[in-house]
Amino acid sequence: MDGKIKALKAAFPHTIPVMAGYLFLGTAFGILLSSKGYHFGWAILMSIFIFAGSMQFVAVNLLVSAFNPLSAFFITLIVNSRHLFYGISMLEKFRGTGGKKAYLIWGLTDETYSLLCSLDTPDGVDRGWFMFFITLLNQIYWVCGSAIGALIGSMFTINTNGIDFVMTALFIVIFINQWKAQKQHAPAIIGLFSSLICLILFGADNFIIPSMILIVIILTVFRGRLEKEEYR
Amino acid sequence: MTLNSFESLVIIGVIALGTFITRALPFICFPNESKTPKYILYLGKVLPYPAIGLLIVYCLKNVSILQSPHGIPEGIAVLCVVLLHLWKENTFLSIGGGTLVYMLLLKLI
Repeated sequence: MDGKIKALKAAFPHTIPVMAGYLFLGTAFGILLSSKGYHFGWAILMSIFIFAGSMQFVAVNLLVSAFNPLSAFFITLIVNSRHLFYGISMLEKFRGTGGKKAYLIWGLTDETYSLLCSLDTPDGVDRGWFMFFITLLNQIYWVCGSAIGALIGSMFTINTNGIDFVMTALFIVIFINQWKAQKQHAPAIIGLFSSLICLILFGADNFIIPSMILIVIILTVFRGRLEKEEYR
Repeated sequence: MTLNSFESLVIIGVIALGTFITRALPFICFPNESKTPKYILYLGKVLPYPAIGLLIVYCLKNVSILQSPHGIPEGIAVLCVVLLHLWKENTFLSIGGGTLVYMLLLKLI
């Protein structure tokens, strides 16, 4: 028990920046979801079981579209495809964490990933519990934020027309951050233009899967060049 | 609610499953990093960038350039987010500011 408290105490300070971000984004998510007629129980349910910031915003869109689970499943795989990379880079770090490993994988969001990447477990603290509490605290912030948002949304009839833009803005911010962190911009440009071309060709309802295929084809064709440029 | 409760639960369940699959797949397929195919590592490394570009287009997919208001509110709001973020590099400010501008534009137009 002492070991766990020690790990929790060590983990908490590192999660404070994520607390601010998750409470804010979670609240926006909750307000958005409640504006579509879902009460706060739904927000909590989604934040516990999906626990993926950007995907939950997309999920709101899916909940107000025609019922199509298969398409929803593929969109999820595509939107969250970046998690494959997170998993690959956590293969070694999560080794030997026992039963906690399943939860660590469950909670591997962008923000948790970036914390776990940059942090080393302090001396004398159990690595598995340290990572477990970082993930758990982050999820608690996210669940609280979305519940608060959904409650606000249900108590006040605010004009929420246009609040969906939170999601667009979030992705633009991520795009700019990625752009600044990378020397090579070709993949980002490939993503934007492949999607635009497919949107024009296939229309708003059917362009996601063709876009993803086109992106993978282009990335595969130019693999030699893209990989080389990285080491310049 | 467009969907009934059961349909909503199915959609949420499918999304939860899909999300967990993308997170768990590397641990299932490649228990050892050194044995992971180079092509997969390459895709894993490079896909996060185009994925975000795709998401931005996804968010704006229903904007019509041909019909009034010709995507002008979206264009202005996107520009606000970009400029705010390049200027202050504060995530909350960029997202909050851009969204507020967009909501105001929708009210005004």
